[in-house]
Amino acid sequence: MGQRRMYSSGMAILTLKVNGRSQQVDVDPATPLLFVLSDDLDLRGPKFGCGLGQCGACTVIVNGQAVRSCITPVSTVGANEITTLEGLGTAEKPHPLQQAFIDEQAAQCGFCLSGVLLTTKTFLDRNPRATDAQIQQALSGVLCRCFGNVRMFKAIRRYAGGRTA
Amino acid sequence: MTPHLSSDAQRLLVRAGFSRRAFLKGSGALVVAFSSAGALDGLSQLFAQGFNGASSPQLDSWIAIGRDGTVTAYTGKCDFGQGLYTAQIQLVAEEVGVPFNRVRLIQCDTSITPDQGTTSGQQSHPANFNHSNLALAGATAREALIKMAATRLGAPASDLVARDGRVEVKATPSRNVAYGDLVGGQRFNLQLDQAAKRKHPSEWTVLGTPVPRVDMREMVTGQFEFVHNVKVPGMLHGRVVRPPEVGSTVGSVDESSIRELPGIVKVVVKGNFVGVVAQKPWQAMQGAEKLKVNWTRGIPLSPQGDLYSELRKQPSRDTLLVDSGDVDAKLKAASTVLRATYNHPYQMHASMGSSCAVADVQGDKATIWSATQSAYPTRNTSAMLLGIKQENIRVIYVRGAGCYGINGADTVSYDAALLSQAVGKPVRVQLSRKDEMAWENYGNAFAVDQRVALDANGNIAVWDYEGWSAARGGRPGYNTPGNVVTGFLAGSNPGALAPRTPAPAPDGPLNNNFNTAPSYIAGRVRDSANGAGVIRSERVLSHRVLSPFFTGPLRAPERLQNTFAHECFMDEVAAYAKADPVEYRLKHLNHARLSAAIRAAAKAANWEQRPSPRPIRAQIGKAIGRGIACVCYEGDNGFVAMIADVIVDRDTGRIEVTRLTVAQDCGPISNPDGMRNQIEGGALQGMSRALGEEVTWDDRKITSVDWRTYHSLTLGMPLPAMNIVLLNQTDVEACGSGETSITVVAPAIGNAVFDATGVRLRQVPFTPERVRAAIRNNSE
Repeated sequence: MGQRRMYSSGMAILTLKVNGRSQQVDVDPATPLLFVLSDDLDLRGPKFGCGLGQCGACTVIVNGQAVRSCITPVSTVGANEITTLEGLGTAEKPHPLQQAFIDEQAAQCGFCLSGVLLTTKTFLDRNPRATDAQIQQALSGVLCRCFGNVRMFKAIRRYAGGRTA
Repeated sequence: MTPHLSSDAQRLLVRAGFSRRAFLKGSGALVVAFSSAGALDGLSQLFAQGFNGASSPQLDSWIAIGRDGTVTAYTGKCDFGQGLYTAQIQLVAEEVGVPFNRVRLIQCDTSITPDQGTTSGQQSHPANFNHSNLALAGATAREALIKMAATRLGAPASDLVARDGRVEVKATPSRNVAYGDLVGGQRFNLQLDQAAKRKHPSEWTVLGTPVPRVDMREMVTGQFEFVHNVKVPGMLHGRVVRPPEVGSTVGSVDESSIRELPGIVKVVVKGNFVGVVAQKPWQAMQGAEKLKVNWTRGIPLSPQGDLYSELRKQPSRDTLLVDSGDVDAKLKAASTVLRATYNHPYQMHASMGSSCAVADVQGDKATIWSATQSAYPTRNTSAMLLGIKQENIRVIYVRGAGCYGINGADTVSYDAALLSQAVGKPVRVQLSRKDEMAWENYGNAFAVDQRVALDANGNIAVWDYEGWSAARGGRPGYNTPGNVVTGFLAGSNPGALAPRTPAPAPDGPLNNNFNTAPSYIAGRVRDSANGAGVIRSERVLSHRVLSPFFTGPLRAPERLQNTFAHECFMDEVAAYAKADPVEYRLKHLNHARLSAAIRAAAKAANWEQRPSPRPIRAQIGKAIGRGIACVCYEGDNGFVAMIADVIVDRDTGRIEVTRLTVAQDCGPISNPDGMRNQIEGGALQGMSRALGEEVTWDDRKITSVDWRTYHSLTLGMPLPAMNIVLLNQTDVEACGSGETSITVVAPAIGNAVFDATGVRLRQVPFTPERVRAAIRNNSE
């Protein structure tokens, strides 16, 4: 657990490490991480899709793991490094995985992208030589209702090929 | 940097008034305001058109040219993620004659964009993709600029050409004048010229090219602003409390039940509308969860298993689209009559993000940030709910998650408006997953009976269609907020269904807007014959009954359900006639573009000519098959044929789609990559709907309320190979490409399963249990 100070209303001041910066927030420690990121810290990457950990829209990377922030109480994150979609790369300097999605025009509405990119990133970090079937399996709990699947897998292959080449 | 509106720039634009004004003034463009709400009062007093209604005849409402030559265009057609924003910029750049990156496009803000009603359906239809308004405005502007330049350059207009933001003398291009020097910062003061000449696709340099989406980079890097990210100073957070059962009403609300919770600002009750406003989103969620409301019992629902028989027992509104008058007699006299019934369930939009809106209602004025497809209609219907003049409401479109029709975007806009009005502060509302899925406007359930009679040559001589579908509510339009759940709970009624039996005679000519009529009939009504086919003994009768659930347009609304029935049945008939399904279709068509799409798909798929089912079939284990389906979408709005290759596991009932070949003609193609993206997404979404999606309920309530109970395919689905043929037709009007491919997926797969197994699937979705049962029944 990070620095934490409780006071009477059930709120606590927590220090989170988000996208390389330490930030203090004054929240109910039971609040799901997603709300702290999007409401208190104004981040746009992680999104509320279902609130049940079923779709992936809220995905962030915590300590190298893809985590569903809508069902993760902020108090459990502690001092671990949190990376959101906007922390992966910037519009000016996108991460190679993001660049591959841009190159393949691999999105329609874009609401699902935190789940797709961050789940892929953490999986390929651990399994750099994963087969297509393994990547597909890793993404089986991630939803894209526009069904951009064809382009997304093209983009993922482009990125994975570039890493192992 | 390009001058496209980045999402941050848009945010500036749509936020505080001074920023917006500064932004627009910075481009040197004038703005024609359409309402007096918000901070544009000064400008609107200067330039108000007094315009209130559909579209605008004023060129200045659509196009403004800045001193720096930047073109600002205003559109009432919005992008939901389908790429329309980029395609409309291409359209403006092409027609006005400026480079792509010198166009700013402002979409759907009732204070500054024209009223273009709802953005829906096939986006490149002339009515939707701005061919008759924004593009005409571009052409009007270009011709006006050439005329001005003729005076300025002292050369006849016929010697001039407009390109790259300048008008130049063709013979001596060094004699030229920039747009900004002709009209920059001033009004055109012209009406749209109906005779202005649009550029022919052969002249296109920007339109028709695969311009990448201008929003892609921001989306992929998490910078893009969705309506979910809108923040305004002092904003509170709301959650709604929906009834636990269909038809439950509020008995009493115990506000003290959440008094102890932190951050609660107010419990709001209006009729059967209940909501909680709190300081923080998490507090609002907990408040809504813990608030004690005594609800009455709902209405008993007929068992889901009886749905398709129940549809036939209700009072109905009957419509005859086509009736040649001889169908009963000919069916009676025929030696061979085939019949079959096809059923299609309620399905849902089930957007990735539960719907969200922000509203700021202050006294008699309101601003609503909404992902609605219908900015002006949402303004007018919100006015009805709030009791505020519509002129005093400003609706600003900000994109939500892909909607695929009327998801919760309209209803949550009302939620936010009602809660904001109750507290006098801006309120953001995002629905829970369950509130989204249990109360959205579902795609209609359908039951369809069809009969055909064959002549001595095995050709279809008679086609009889009779369909039943259930509906309640729909898009609110300009005056029916009760068509979605919040309006209804707050006291407005959905549009009524007036039973009408028997149906009056068809008053033609046939308008096949909902694809109720199969492609193979002649569609003769009086002197007209608007069908795509040759069958002249024809009847198309539909019955609309009341649904207990709200319904509304879901991607390819009704067209998809009807096409499933038509195209599977056509396949049955071809199989009975022992005819090749492609040849048999072509034989019954009288429509060059649809036939060309069928031939193109067959060629691309290396279609082997033979009847279905395939002669040698696996009796155990895995069987392979191919199937075709096609449609003239909405009768005349996109022409598509799809061939599905499948592997059916006879033991498990699982269908694997190994390849989808799609040939599509939507006229001149605005953006080929965007069109491919729509075809791919539509095809896979169609697979999800064909294989797994179905709204479910018990005796009182909807039970498909999350991703465990509503079965969408995910990124883990085995992907079919996609083989797409774009048929670019340049001498016709553009038509749609957004809803075509999805319309033919279920019948293409169903027909392929028949080809593989000899077993006909007549009910969507084709779940493994249903496929296994069909195979078992067939072998008994």
